Amino acid sequence: MSSEVLQAPLVLEYPFTRSTGPVIGAFLTGLRDGVICGIRRADGTVLCPPQEYDPLTAEPLTELVEVGQAGEVLTWAWNGDPRPMQPFDRPFAWALIRLDGADTSMLHAVFAPSAAEMSTGMRVRVVWRTEREGHIADIAGFEPIPAQRPSGRQQ
Amino acid sequence: MIDVAVVAFTQRQEDAISGESEVEFMVPLMEQAKASVGLTQSDMGFTCSGSSDFLAGQAFSFVMTIDGTGPVPPISESHVEQDGAWALYEAWVKIQCGGIDTAFVYSYGKSSPGSVRDVLATQMDPYYVCPLWPDSYAVEALAARLMLEGGHVSERRLAEIAARSRASAASNPHAVRTDPKSVAEILAEDYVIDPLRPSDLPAEADGGCAVVLAAGDRARDLCERPAWIRGMDHRGDAHTLGVRDLTSSASTRLAAHRAGAAADKIDLAELHGPFTTSEHLLIDALGLDEDSTAVNPSGGALAANTMMASGLIRIGEAASRIWRGDGDRAVAHATSGPCLQQNMVCVLEGD
Repeated sequence: MSSEVLQAPLVLEYPFTRSTGPVIGAFLTGLRDGVICGIRRADGTVLCPPQEYDPLTAEPLTELVEVGQAGEVLTWAWNGDPRPMQPFDRPFAWALIRLDGADTSMLHAVFAPSAAEMSTGMRVRVVWRTEREGHIADIAGFEPIPAQRPSGRQQ
Repeated sequence: MIDVAVVAFTQRQEDAISGESEVEFMVPLMEQAKASVGLTQSDMGFTCSGSSDFLAGQAFSFVMTIDGTGPVPPISESHVEQDGAWALYEAWVKIQCGGIDTAFVYSYGKSSPGSVRDVLATQMDPYYVCPLWPDSYAVEALAARLMLEGGHVSERRLAEIAARSRASAASNPHAVRTDPKSVAEILAEDYVIDPLRPSDLPAEADGGCAVVLAAGDRARDLCERPAWIRGMDHRGDAHTLGVRDLTSSASTRLAAHRAGAAADKIDLAELHGPFTTSEHLLIDALGLDEDSTAVNPSGGALAANTMMASGLIRIGEAASRIWRGDGDRAVAHATSGPCLQQNMVCVLEGD
């Protein structure tokens, strides 16, 4: 018996489309228009990105609210060797980001020059893609907001 | 409740099984498991398997493996697109329904043809997360920093877990990461993705395992010291990372409570923690004291992590030690999903 391993190309396809529905659809349409939406939960907190159902209580959610385009890094990981298809081809940070006005965090990329520029609690803002199509990658990523110098009399 | 025990277990794990298909390497494993207790496929009241069509790259790939069991005359069977631990759970429920006293469970995965680190991005939210392709190391690294900066664990503690796994794996012929390393050597490793080092990551493997379950007197006939399943429960946390506490495993805690894990001493625990960080959270959630409980005597998933089989292998490893008298009471754990999203706890006891 030959020990040669036979090889053939295999293309996995998903050849149909599906509707994104009233909540995820609204979020994605908002991205196309440069707006970020969350959704209010029964306890008044805002889930962003929004879900049709509360992930903890399974209650249906309907009240979409706009959230801010800047927020806080809750945790991050330095991606020194980006993989194919990831948001940036140079080293960047993955982060869980809580946008202003939201109570939960979203996973996205932060374009920082090095790990030394990253810290938990730092402020970041959205970098929009110029051409937007209603997709999570309409947000190219986030960039650090330089820390404000303490205000005071100029010398 | 009907008493059900694990009475046979076989496994194979290698860093890459390149010359054989899943069916080819599973047939001998399945035959060995059944033959070890003198049974054939026609003796099995129920058969349940766990595997992933997505990983195999082919729809209904599991059907070919069912053919490999020798299902003639036709058998009663089922399949879960999950780790085999969940197939074992289904078989346990089936035996509880009555009418059968044996079941055959197997699972397998071959991830080496692709990059499992990247493939696992496809289990994330399909609209919000997957299109960004965060690989599994990156996702765990986000949890790791929360744990480290929140004071839930130290890098030294993670290195100790990694060093213990390597030392234990040295005597496990099925482990693939067996070279010993000291805590200092591990702490000197460069980060793969800050804050995780190579030794914090699972040692990916190809392979599979097979288990025979039997009830009551049938189990006593087949096995000198059956490993009785005294409790088993599985629970899930929210899929969305941003809405849950990544510094503890609430679903493991709940599953352990419902399975009665803390009702008595635990001699050994086989935990399916793919990362050192996950193993730390599991030890905490299960309330294990490493002075009185041998944690992952096989080396665990850090030493060999076979997709779709690693959880069932934990149950088999724990049961084998009860057969041998290495312990009287064991906890086995299986996980699935990002950052310990779904967790199963199984309590095993010898007579």
